[in-house]
Amino acid sequence: MGLLSSRNSITRYKVSGQLDGPVHETVYQGLKQHAIPKIEDEGSESIVGWTSLETPFAPDFEGYSFVFGAYMLFALRIDKKSIPPKLIQKHYALNTSKHLADTGRRFLSGNEKKAIKENVINTLARRIPAVPNVYDLVWEYDSASLWFFTNLKAMNEALETLFVKSFNLQLIRLVPYTAAVLTAELSDDEGDLLRNLGKNRSEE
Amino acid sequence: MLDIAIAYNRYKFLGNEFLTWLWFIIETGPKQLRQHDADLVSITVGNRMVLENTRNNAKESVTIKGDNAGLEEGRLAIKKGAVVAEIHLSYKTGPQHFEFNLKGESLNISSLKLPETGAVETSEDLEGVVLEKIYLIEKVVELVSRLFSHFVHLRLSNTWDRQTKAQIRKWSESN
Repeated sequence: MGLLSSRNSITRYKVSGQLDGPVHETVYQGLKQHAIPKIEDEGSESIVGWTSLETPFAPDFEGYSFVFGAYMLFALRIDKKSIPPKLIQKHYALNTSKHLADTGRRFLSGNEKKAIKENVINTLARRIPAVPNVYDLVWEYDSASLWFFTNLKAMNEALETLFVKSFNLQLIRLVPYTAAVLTAELSDDEGDLLRNLGKNRSEE
Repeated sequence: MLDIAIAYNRYKFLGNEFLTWLWFIIETGPKQLRQHDADLVSITVGNRMVLENTRNNAKESVTIKGDNAGLEEGRLAIKKGAVVAEIHLSYKTGPQHFEFNLKGESLNISSLKLPETGAVETSEDLEGVVLEKIYLIEKVVELVSRLFSHFVHLRLSNTWDRQTKAQIRKWSESN
């Protein structure tokens, strides 16, 4: 899901706070430090990191290539292994039968079943490659606004977590309340009315 | 500032009321929308709308789909106390035409279709196309932001209770 796609989904954010140090260099360091690893970690179910717009499968931020005029463009990449449940079911059945045959028993305990299942999942996870998903973002530092090109909740949460880790800045999702408070330039009286409105509604 | 999860749930009604008001304005006074975009040609309801009625502790949804779908059922739902939860909009400004979905509870924009831009054939084309796309997206984001700000000020004013609510009710009862 990206800026250059024919159709876009956008979640809007406000970036809270300022970077310590020169903007492009600080962002470059954050991106480099939290870039998605080039070598896949066979054991983990999913990995999350930054990547570049032009080369999402070989992250490259050199020469501040993520800077486009007043904007910074890069992407969140999530590589996730998804094992089909039927595959787990098949290997679990095979392993269970083998274990019963090896031990000469007719039943397995709950703990043994659990251990077999975990072993099956770990073995399959090492054999199955992770599927990459790339979601672009556009950050305009001066206006503290950021667009993230997906509405998927899990991806939004992954972005918010990685953004804080990388740049030590909080992202505030622009939903009705935050959009009203942060972008509608409400007076103090209007702010109070808005708070009361929410309280009254939640009491209904 | 409220925690985002609490704010999301507590104020999703505000986003749905915004979409309901927006549909009302589109149908009854579209010229008012020009104050938010001087080059505005039109904003019309596109091919999809979702309405929700959560009164009486039960959630009822009405979805209207189709290029030439009549919206009478939507107005009937409003009359019964429903609000617009999602709307597909067609937005023409100057020579440009945009289409997008807007969701009330999150204000998320989805299925945004922009006017044609140049293709990226070489890496030198990239910057130009990227900046053109950003410029176009900004138009939609800015429009939504201005309309929402306008609505919030109206919603928090006396005019909302004294006039607008009655006007919306009267409109929903027409036809």
